[in-house]
Amino acid sequence: MIVEIGHYALILSLVLALVQSVVPVVGAARRDPRLMAVAGPTALFQFLFVGLAFAALTWAYVVSDFSVYNVVANSHSQKPLIFKISGVWGNHEGSMLLWVTILALFGALVALFSRNLPPTLRANVLAVQAWVGVAFLTFILLTSNPFERLDKPPFEGQDLNPILQDVGLAIHPPLLYLGYVGCSVAFAFAVAALIEGRIDAAWARWVRPWTLGAWIFLTLGIAMGSYWAYYELGWGGWWFWDPVENASLMPWLVATALLHSAIVMEKREALKVWTVLMAILAFALSLLGTFLVRSGVLTSVHAFATDPARGVFILGILTLFVGGSLALYAARASLLTQGGIFAPISREGALVLNNLFLTAACAAVLIGTLYPLLVEATTGGKISVGEPFFNLTFGPLVLPLLLLLPLGPFLAWKRGDVLAVAQRLWLAFALAIVAVAVAFYLKHGGPVLAPFGAGLAAWIMLGAIAEPMTRAKFGKEPLATSARRLFGLPRSTFGTALAHFGVGMMVLGIVSEGAWKVERILVMKPGETVELGGYGVTFEGTVPRKGPNYQDQVGKFVVSDGGTVVARLESAKRLFTARQMPTSEVALETRGLFSQIYIALGEAQDSGGWSVRMYWKPLVLLIWLGALVMSIGGFVSLSDRRLRVGAPKPARAAAALAAAE
Amino acid sequence: MTRKQRRLTLIGVAGTVLLAAVGLVLFALSGKITLFVTPADIAAKNIGPGQQIRLGGLVKVGSVVKSDGAAVRFEIEDTVKTIKVTYAGVLPDLFREGQGVVTEGKLTADGGFVADTVLAKHDETYMPKEVADSLKAQGHWNPADANKPKPQ
Repeated sequence: MIVEIGHYALILSLVLALVQSVVPVVGAARRDPRLMAVAGPTALFQFLFVGLAFAALTWAYVVSDFSVYNVVANSHSQKPLIFKISGVWGNHEGSMLLWVTILALFGALVALFSRNLPPTLRANVLAVQAWVGVAFLTFILLTSNPFERLDKPPFEGQDLNPILQDVGLAIHPPLLYLGYVGCSVAFAFAVAALIEGRIDAAWARWVRPWTLGAWIFLTLGIAMGSYWAYYELGWGGWWFWDPVENASLMPWLVATALLHSAIVMEKREALKVWTVLMAILAFALSLLGTFLVRSGVLTSVHAFATDPARGVFILGILTLFVGGSLALYAARASLLTQGGIFAPISREGALVLNNLFLTAACAAVLIGTLYPLLVEATTGGKISVGEPFFNLTFGPLVLPLLLLLPLGPFLAWKRGDVLAVAQRLWLAFALAIVAVAVAFYLKHGGPVLAPFGAGLAAWIMLGAIAEPMTRAKFGKEPLATSARRLFGLPRSTFGTALAHFGVGMMVLGIVSEGAWKVERILVMKPGETVELGGYGVTFEGTVPRKGPNYQDQVGKFVVSDGGTVVARLESAKRLFTARQMPTSEVALETRGLFSQIYIALGEAQDSGGWSVRMYWKPLVLLIWLGALVMSIGGFVSLSDRRLRVGAPKPARAAAALAAAE
Repeated sequence: MTRKQRRLTLIGVAGTVLLAAVGLVLFALSGKITLFVTPADIAAKNIGPGQQIRLGGLVKVGSVVKSDGAAVRFEIEDTVKTIKVTYAGVLPDLFREGQGVVTEGKLTADGGFVADTVLAKHDETYMPKEVADSLKAQGHWNPADANKPKPQ
């Protein structure tokens, strides 16, 4: 019964979305406040009903209702509760339901927090959100119904794909979807602005918090997925340039560009047309990501579905929205009044350069991702575009961006002075050179360029710290005065500094992991010891162990440092009994603050030994901690009062929410 | 700086970045992509030793030899030909005899293949797409193997 209620609620929300996508636009065109006012309540109720549908499916999973096909195919009564819940979005139908649930959530949030937008803009924004909602709700109801029943329910489910049974992957899709779908708000604002043919600095101020929110979740989601791949796949890598990874990286690159260009628009009323384009492209690439992952055109663990009808449907949605919005852009962009042209050496100029490199890098990733599909479609030949391609294209395009990154925040608006910037940054630069020397001294092996990479990371981090310090006039005024000034700085200054510092951390992690890691692949017999990055690793043999829905063959390892035991580790080969599918449970031991010992157990050899894959990964954790610091920087910026100008007071929002329910 | 000069500077910088990007992509596409082939393709497409390729097919049943030095030997077959593969490393979790596999590496002068990567990202019911397609093309594919039960 509950399942049918969920299905019905989903249909109701489609009807609401249809109303929301037509009535407010008509109202905005006719300047009719009653028609425009329809947008708010429909957005709230649409979220209520989609949420109800999502809750119904979750309930079916939690109680293991095996009369629902989706539950049968992706769940198992023996599965731990958290993976029963995460199983809801561990499959095609459920993940699409999560997608529209988040879309409706954003629609409801926009409805709640946009009461002081111009009424026509608000109506149009919510209507555009509803268009996206209609498309995806129709898609779910017609091709991917998660509520489908079985006539003869089986006694047991087929279990969720074991490599998806992991806490990291339980939260990775919701985070990523919050990011993907969050881009739809900026898209809706962009299309609404194009419909009205009017755009101003206030528009950028409204769009920026939404974009920032989406960007934060996108950053966290990508980092989470990367860390999951690192410890779950047992390969020791953290980024594979897999099309599915690229699909999430591309919207991130454009959303980053959008964040920066919106600043220019907000402060200087320039780059309007470009910013609108970025807002459209960020969501277009999110849709492309959804298409690539969901249509099954790519081979990957993510491609749960290989039903051509779905692929064609999503391709249709993609074409409609990307083509439609770009056509609208082409027709209407000239109406948006142009801002002034500014001096090349200025904050604006630096941000333009940032946008150029980010979009060029994104284009390189796009080509690398789609080229194999193109070749296969035209010639039938099969090729793969992998790491060498991306290292050669993405690397050189991002390198100048990273080199110039510390300079940008120091440049003044309108007309910057390179000499003044140099005076303020010479200390950071000198210390970065010292970092290069130190890296050379500490690390004798590895590529010659690696110490320079470490220097680059130091340059970015020191530059990020230098900016608020300079603003607070440290060294020019008494310490107490500058400390007071530091606390008086707006939060967005700290947000920027933190985000840029996180970039530096990530660069350091990437350089160190790439250049100075130690890899050992060998067969070990119980009692044997090998050296790994200065530590001794002893294999003590394996023991069997039983889990709730799997069986482990646990390899026991002892890590010692100069004779003293520092850690006892377990690395397991895990066999999920329902699907007879093995996975690796990697042993990880963090040494120092950021370095890790990584041990993956292979398989038993005929000689009685086990094949083992071991890594010493210096500073590897900085890769993901850098991303975390970047998103914390985003949160700090988001909490800046200036970004919230005009947002309703929390009490009013809470009252509105209560009234809506 | 006049307005015109500023605009020219902007266009110049944007053009330079764009050109650099286009140049890099074209150069990388010409040299940094790998071809996917099956054992039968190697003779047909005239692929010589030393070229980085992806070789895909089925792991021949009974061909896997695990020696003590962590190097694994196995054979990849399609309906036409079989190629001996050497791989020094730990095989992925889903590597099994009789199942599809994609390996990346180079041909040796004596007609063998040295793999530096073995990919097995597919799950139980799912073949690597390239392998499935090529097997279909050779009429050696039973879709029933890959299907999950459908709702009634």
